[in-house]
Amino acid sequence: MYFRTLLFLLIIFPGCTYARVLEVSPASRLSLAGAIGLAKNGDTVVVIGGRHRSGNLLIQKSMTLLGKNKPVLDGEGKYEILTIQAARVKVSGFRFERSGRSNIDDYAGLKAQGADFLEVSHNEFSETFFGIHVSKSNFVHIHHNQLKASSLLEYELGNGIHLWKCHSARIHRNRIEGHRDGIYFEFVTKTSIQSNYSYKNKRYGLHFMFSNDNSYRNNTFRNNGAGVAVMYTARVHMEGNTFDQNWGASSYGLLLKDIRDSEVLNNRFTGNTSGVYMEGTSRTRFERNTFKNNGWAVQLQASCDGNSFHRNNFIGNTFDIATNGSLVLNTTDHNYWDKYQGYDLNRDGTGDIPFYPVSLFSMIVERIPPAMLLWRSFMVFLLNRAESVLPAITPEDLKDHSPSMKPYDLR
Amino acid sequence: MLKIIRYILLDLLRSRFTLFYTLLLFLSTVGLYQIDGDPGKVMLSLLNILLMVVPLVSIVFSTIHFHNSYEFIELMLSQPVPRSRVLFAEFFATALSLGLAFMVGIGVPMLLFGAGGGSLILVGTGFLLTIVFVSLAFLASVLTRDKARAIGIALLFWFYFSLIYDAFVLWLLYSFSDYPLDQPTLILVSLNPIDLARIVMMLQMDISALMGYTGAFFRNFFGSYQGILFSLSALLIWAVWPIAVANRIFNKKDL
Repeated sequence: MYFRTLLFLLIIFPGCTYARVLEVSPASRLSLAGAIGLAKNGDTVVVIGGRHRSGNLLIQKSMTLLGKNKPVLDGEGKYEILTIQAARVKVSGFRFERSGRSNIDDYAGLKAQGADFLEVSHNEFSETFFGIHVSKSNFVHIHHNQLKASSLLEYELGNGIHLWKCHSARIHRNRIEGHRDGIYFEFVTKTSIQSNYSYKNKRYGLHFMFSNDNSYRNNTFRNNGAGVAVMYTARVHMEGNTFDQNWGASSYGLLLKDIRDSEVLNNRFTGNTSGVYMEGTSRTRFERNTFKNNGWAVQLQASCDGNSFHRNNFIGNTFDIATNGSLVLNTTDHNYWDKYQGYDLNRDGTGDIPFYPVSLFSMIVERIPPAMLLWRSFMVFLLNRAESVLPAITPEDLKDHSPSMKPYDLR
Repeated sequence: MLKIIRYILLDLLRSRFTLFYTLLLFLSTVGLYQIDGDPGKVMLSLLNILLMVVPLVSIVFSTIHFHNSYEFIELMLSQPVPRSRVLFAEFFATALSLGLAFMVGIGVPMLLFGAGGGSLILVGTGFLLTIVFVSLAFLASVLTRDKARAIGIALLFWFYFSLIYDAFVLWLLYSFSDYPLDQPTLILVSLNPIDLARIVMMLQMDISALMGYTGAFFRNFFGSYQGILFSLSALLIWAVWPIAVANRIFNKKDL
């Protein structure tokens, strides 16, 4: 009906720039590639069901591509499926399957170049090399997509959502599973990343470099090969995220390398080998985070300075804080440590003697990893006790002056 | 043999010491659960009991018991009964009574306050560790006729396994830290029953830390049930060999 009305209007006002709607369905004779070719700026192509093997589809006009009943765009394992090279394109409701794999051309399910104001929503990506690959495009909005790859080999996988040289993008409510990096940014600024779920990716759940002024809220990064790694970036805002079950020798809940002036607030780090690993990180605030059941809650390398840890909960971690030197330029105050054994005589809620979160044995393990097998032995207990009475090896200055007696009520 | 075991077992179970030991474990476990609501922390304290108290009590009590029942053993041996049979009967009865005391003392409160998979493994490991140290106690006992010296040897065993050995391993690791040490560490650790029990429990409590820093070797070892199977079978070997050696010595010994 809608289509006819539009057609009617088009007939009445010939030459007017009213948007047309072109319909591609199994019944119509129009092919998907044909419809895209016919469409003009501002037109909408509606695709109803079906499986389309159109090789590589190229869009160079501002148009809307709308899928109904989840039409499948099949790349047959050979082609890049959809390439967008125009501003103001919308793609919604499709299922992208089996793109080609090429590490030279970076084939993707959907690739956009110079596509400002692109909107990609409610699509499914299955076994694509890169899922959504966007470069040099600003104000991109990617939301409600599901991406899943299942190859076991890292070289057969691309990144789920990959952005290069973009600003002011919004990445909301996507699910990314089994890719190389779940979300990958390079030179992406002023972007908001919210409520995404990135899990079981072979490398990082989230990986970014040189991407300033971004905010990450309420995302979940679970069970990724090497957790989350972020590097060479300033003014990162991370709030309400969950970093969960990232296990392995070089796997980190959150790895911060050369990050500065950032905020890590209200996050949960649970069951990771290493909750937070920091290297060359400056002036970053950690507040109201929960560190629970990690091997190492925080690995704070001596190259970090001016960072602060306030009002965090440290519960059930094997080691709370580990470091590799005696220089301490960071502050830890008002945190709750379940290993704290001090007292609170004036009943103001904070302990009267400082807590030293770095144990001697964590320093030993830092130097000789296999010594981990002696953890919890009586001898190690004695060593730790002797050290906490008379600190000789552990950094004297790394301490919480006013540890909280009770855990904070956090998320 | 069953008859002798039953006789000794009943005697032991009636003795005040076994009751006292059970009660001590029971009360401390209940106390721990009541003081701390967090089951993880309770497990940690119980682990300390398991690694320190259980071996000590098992080894000292068994040594004393063996020497106290010397007359009974001599009486038995004046009958047409093989020596091994008497020794093994003593061993099984002692191990069973202490093991039962442990299982009741720790297991019942755990059941009352909610038991998970970890606590089941804790009880099992404790039982095995008890047997290992009873076995070592019998070795200490047959080495000498003098009760005081036997207790001395038993205490030395305990001290060696719970403290000296680990210090030695750590020193070794420090000295050879330039070499790949994954496999040697594992072998060294399995030469100590207390360490084996500790590793079984660590696999329950600190798995995320164990997975860090260690090479592919450890990852395979700890990643599956292999680790637990290996540790438990090594513990079994530790339960068998001291009593086997003790049996050889006892058979040749001039009582």
